[in-house]
Amino acid sequence: MAQFLDLADAVEDIVRDGDTVAMEGFTHLIPHAAGHEAIRQGRKDLTLIRMTPDIIYDQMIGAGCARKIVFSWGGNPGVGSLHRMREAIEKGWPAPLEAEEHSHAAMANAYEAGAAGLPCAVFRGYLGADLARVNPNIRSVTCPFTGERLAAVPAIRPDAAVVHAQKADREGNVLIEGIVGVQKEAVLSASRSLVTVEEVVDSFGPRSPNAVVLPGWAVSAIAVVPGGAHPSYAHGYYKRDNAFYKAWDAISRDRDAFTAWIDEHVLRAGPERFAQFVDASMKEGAGA
Amino acid sequence: MTGYTATEMMTVAAARALKNEDVCFVGIGMPSAAANLARLTHAPEVTLVYESGTLDTRPDVLPLSIGDGELCETALTTVSVPEMFRYWLQGGRITIGFLGAAQIDKFANINTTVIGDYDDPKVRLPGGGGAPEIATSAGEIFVVMRQSKRSFVDRVDFVTSLGHGSGGGDREAHGVTTKGPTLIVTDLAIMRPDPETKELTVTALHPGVTREDVVENTGWAVRFADTLEETPAPRAEELEALRALNERTARAHGDAA
Repeated sequence: MAQFLDLADAVEDIVRDGDTVAMEGFTHLIPHAAGHEAIRQGRKDLTLIRMTPDIIYDQMIGAGCARKIVFSWGGNPGVGSLHRMREAIEKGWPAPLEAEEHSHAAMANAYEAGAAGLPCAVFRGYLGADLARVNPNIRSVTCPFTGERLAAVPAIRPDAAVVHAQKADREGNVLIEGIVGVQKEAVLSASRSLVTVEEVVDSFGPRSPNAVVLPGWAVSAIAVVPGGAHPSYAHGYYKRDNAFYKAWDAISRDRDAFTAWIDEHVLRAGPERFAQFVDASMKEGAGA
Repeated sequence: MTGYTATEMMTVAAARALKNEDVCFVGIGMPSAAANLARLTHAPEVTLVYESGTLDTRPDVLPLSIGDGELCETALTTVSVPEMFRYWLQGGRITIGFLGAAQIDKFANINTTVIGDYDDPKVRLPGGGGAPEIATSAGEIFVVMRQSKRSFVDRVDFVTSLGHGSGGGDREAHGVTTKGPTLIVTDLAIMRPDPETKELTVTALHPGVTREDVVENTGWAVRFADTLEETPAPRAEELEALRALNERTARAHGDAA
């Protein structure tokens, strides 16, 4: 059964130096508070996997946590570049960053293969695409029944997965609603997993029998961090802070502005900082 | 209605290409504006899907990211990202993939990865995202992007997403059975691939645009169709719907403050 821990203990236990880590959430439910905790604890030499590195990995890369990134779309959505990630790849600041690049279809399939305990994912992809030329982890297999040549990539099998969700119950079961991305696949593909949640409830209440629920026995640790997905969002709790995503462009463009931001909002703050982002009016209005 | 911008003309012309019966996989940015304008004007029944897993979504404002809550709240249903790519895209259920690009070449190959060499790029772009498989699994591809010599090149630096490869027959040689890019809409003109060679050919100019304007903003010796059409100017109701959509969007994203 999942252990309830405070965020600092949970990150210390689940995310270790040198780990391969997937902190997922497709635009929605990105575990930013856990990313900040990893920065505060000075995590080093991580291989960071995410379909869209987003601000969470831009911050962790800029703060020196990573040695490699595996990704499929590396921008600030609707805004522009991830400047910290780019500077790490292009100029090695604050540390050299190796990059392994895929398509979304490849990574989604690779997470699913990881969750399914398979060594690789097979799909119809990368046809005529140059990524297959520059990434040695993109290979092909021939279907033994039809002879069709299909793309193959290694399954994603991280040491640790971290995701954010709306609710856990007291037994440690986790409810995820809205855009569910690859959250479930990331948790089930990993050796250890941490789920940060908006709140713990006695009961999930009325819900669809098909709701996405991660059983408590499939999760290693749960930490309660209200607002912990900000500036991404938690469906039913607060909206995506699009204004902050735009503001991040200027903050992250400049090393000094970035360092000052991390110092003030991460190093000299704690997870309780995130609670201010929960929109109480949304919760009252949420009939889910 | 007096006057409109080149961007408005481009968005309106791109929107007109979508039909009620289409199932469109929508890229973020200009494709999303065009697809939603189509839904708000002549194609209210068009099915829009985004790679975040939102099926049949009807956002009231344009999403800034591919996974804004607005997309999920207004969708018929939301599936996981693996399901979206496996069942709905790879499964052959998408009729149109609507993409943007940083760079496109005369055979409509798309680059959103790097300008320059991959290992030592002049400019590092965000990368492929969903596009490499949209380009080969969707029934056909529409592209909407601004035109310039830098963005319309003889040969892309990196084929992120296959267009017509090296020309006629090359998609088939790669084992691809879908049509690929059939329509390119820019702020100047409309281009379509030649039926045989697959080289992009200008088939219509937007009002007020000359052949010279297009030649000056294309990085190869661009060809024009024998019967060159003029794109009908945006109608009042198209501009009103687009401007209202953009205003709602700006307010929702905190730009108006």
